[in-house]
Amino acid sequence: MTDERPRTISRRALLRGAGAAGAAAAASAVGVSAEPGIAPSPAAAPPAMQPAGAAAPGRVVYEQLSADEADVLEAIADQLIPEDEQGPGALAADAVVYIDRALGGALSGSREAYRGGLAAFERYCRSSRGAPFRELPHVDQVSVLIDVETGAATGARTGFAGSSGAFFSMVRSHVLQGTFGDPYYGGNRNFIGWDLIKYPGVRTAVSPGLQTALEAGELEPNHRSAYDADNFDKAVVSNARTETHHGD
Amino acid sequence: MATRLPGTDVVIVGLGAAGGVAALPLANAGLDIVGLEAGSRLTKRDFAPDEIRNNVRDWPFAVRKCATEVPTTRRTRADTAVQRGGHPMMNAVGGTTLHYWAQSWRLNPWDFKVVSETTRRYGASRIPAGSTVEDWPFGYEELEPFYDRIEHEIGVSGQAGNVRGQKNPRGNPFEGPRDRDYPMPALRWTGFLDRMADSARTLGWQPFPGPAAINSQAYQGRSGCMYHGHCNKGGCHVDAKNSPAVTTIPRAEATGRLKVVTHATVTKIETDNQGKVTGVTYLQDREKFFQPARFVFVSTYTYENVRLLLLSKSRAFPIGLSNNHAQVGKHYLSHHQGAGVTALFPYDLHAWYGLPAQGVAVDDFADDNFDHGGLDFIGGGNMWAYSDRRPISAASMGTFGRAPSWGSAWKSFIRENADRTNSAYIQKTTLPYAANYLDLDPTVTDPLGFPVIRITAEYKDNELALAAYLQDKMARWYREAGAIEVLRSGLGGQMGVTTHAYGGTRMGDDPETNVVNRYGLSHEVPNLGVLGASVMGTSGARNPTLTAQALAWRTAEHVAKNWSSIVA
Repeated sequence: MTDERPRTISRRALLRGAGAAGAAAAASAVGVSAEPGIAPSPAAAPPAMQPAGAAAPGRVVYEQLSADEADVLEAIADQLIPEDEQGPGALAADAVVYIDRALGGALSGSREAYRGGLAAFERYCRSSRGAPFRELPHVDQVSVLIDVETGAATGARTGFAGSSGAFFSMVRSHVLQGTFGDPYYGGNRNFIGWDLIKYPGVRTAVSPGLQTALEAGELEPNHRSAYDADNFDKAVVSNARTETHHGD
Repeated sequence: MATRLPGTDVVIVGLGAAGGVAALPLANAGLDIVGLEAGSRLTKRDFAPDEIRNNVRDWPFAVRKCATEVPTTRRTRADTAVQRGGHPMMNAVGGTTLHYWAQSWRLNPWDFKVVSETTRRYGASRIPAGSTVEDWPFGYEELEPFYDRIEHEIGVSGQAGNVRGQKNPRGNPFEGPRDRDYPMPALRWTGFLDRMADSARTLGWQPFPGPAAINSQAYQGRSGCMYHGHCNKGGCHVDAKNSPAVTTIPRAEATGRLKVVTHATVTKIETDNQGKVTGVTYLQDREKFFQPARFVFVSTYTYENVRLLLLSKSRAFPIGLSNNHAQVGKHYLSHHQGAGVTALFPYDLHAWYGLPAQGVAVDDFADDNFDHGGLDFIGGGNMWAYSDRRPISAASMGTFGRAPSWGSAWKSFIRENADRTNSAYIQKTTLPYAANYLDLDPTVTDPLGFPVIRITAEYKDNELALAAYLQDKMARWYREAGAIEVLRSGLGGQMGVTTHAYGGTRMGDDPETNVVNRYGLSHEVPNLGVLGASVMGTSGARNPTLTAQALAWRTAEHVAKNWSSIVA
């Protein structure tokens, strides 16, 4: 679907560009909880309207993460999948937006793990390297993350609930979901993740000819979300009853 | 108090792979059936090609009763069992067949006669110590007409290897003779799968495409497969996956004989003082109903079949329905599908638009297809190289020690290799043992207060030895196809909660060691039948669903044909 829907474009623009109040209002008006059939997918916006590299004039408005939490998480995501000469990374893909939105829904059970884990992470940075994560030089950021990944940051001083490695694994898996998942969930902006691994895109039918084109290296990515077409219901599967008859 | 509903001929508890199939022959025979299903109905609008919903968040789990009753697990009776992880099945009309891989194999003839064939060929001492394995009460020939019926009734695509003794080298040379070809040709292959097949032939093996309950072309008015790449735990958006939800259940409903009741949680099968089943009690929300029936089938998957029987205590059955011989829960086994092998290739595999049922099989080291004279195990494994990849799982791949797990070097690695890895699926003969069993957990309950199932089970030496043997073969196959790295996972230990769970209500002639007779009817309760892989006493080296469905059809047909004597 490539028709230009002003509301889907404005959501992205507002989230990145406008003040917090306006963006929040826009998000609630056209967010993922919009009624079925309204196509709230940010992916529905044509790529041309979303310049790669995200020269965003303002900040993303987070719904769940505090500003401090978001700062640290963005910096971690930027180390896990950095922007480099191979192209944009997790930050530009809005992986942290994905996590933020999910923490208000499917990942709400992880909200405390983020709250406690990010605080412990910052405590570890200050106690072991003398500064908050974002103020550390690149090499120290990397070494801190290695400590956390390997569980070496675990201990009473930092206060990770369980091993610091468990916190790292959780963040890494969510950053991967936010970078490589369907853009419907708020991440993988401009299909940055799918282009990185050369995934040719969501297609509802792949003919022998398309498979042949793929194997010949001639299949261009189509940059579509699963929900760009109207084939599929977006909401979680309803528990509403469709029938109940009792042998009458 | 339960609301007493009007009576019916038959109640089927659970409309999944087995119960959903059994409904049709019963309805065709003119019996009135109430199908009680804990889940809801889903349609193709629910089946988006969305990895986050299907695979990361396991969306089907959100509508499952079984998520609230996950079995606890432990290796041996000396350990304390705990709940770990989720439940792999789902509740819906059609059950887990809505999103399964749909590999639809017949068992090998050897799987029906493990004891007698092993004894004949190698001597009785080769049956592993502690195993309770028995021959099935009948051979492959008995089940062949029912395999044939299911393959054509729901639609299975594949390449026959043995039609009435006529071998076809493009199919499986080791399969038992079949009466006719599959109703549809096999699913197509990719260039990589062609290459794997060529490599197997170079090694002197006999590769062939596997069978799938997926339309390879239009069949019975439904579409052929669209190869969109989200088949694995995703439902089919064009109804080309031949679940009972789109085949036998609507056909049974069309007769006017099957009434489907959704969101119905059956809590007990009721019996009278003479030991006959009178019906079932179920909950719908908080309302309690009693559905009288002249015959009851339990077809709720292995764990719940056993649990429902053990929970249905009565004066006639003080330790559980049909359990006066204390065999309910015994002879449990979970298919050894672990001990995988993963390879990295120096070329793209173009696997984005595949499905797990699209692949190349090698059976040269399955069952008793090779000489075990110099080996320290019996049985074997089916090796399956298939085409299945989605972006998040691709990006989550291991790096074979060639890169760290994050940062620019990792990014460079996955940029090059996300489409260059392949993991084999190797299903291995698994035997029942006296020490492996199901019972009710002494402390953990579901939200209704009923105990969950406790699994006490581990793989024994026979399973571990053949797992290592098959890993060697698989590694050789990958190397022949040009793999530059090959990794093996651990050989396995504890049996977890699985989609391939067998036994617990084993079928056999001897009521001292089996819960149901050769027709799938209880040895102790004349009007109770059990459907599903819980009646199977051996696993074979391949997916159980088609066998469970063939057995379900056979049991239902037997009940319909002998109705008056069975319910007399």
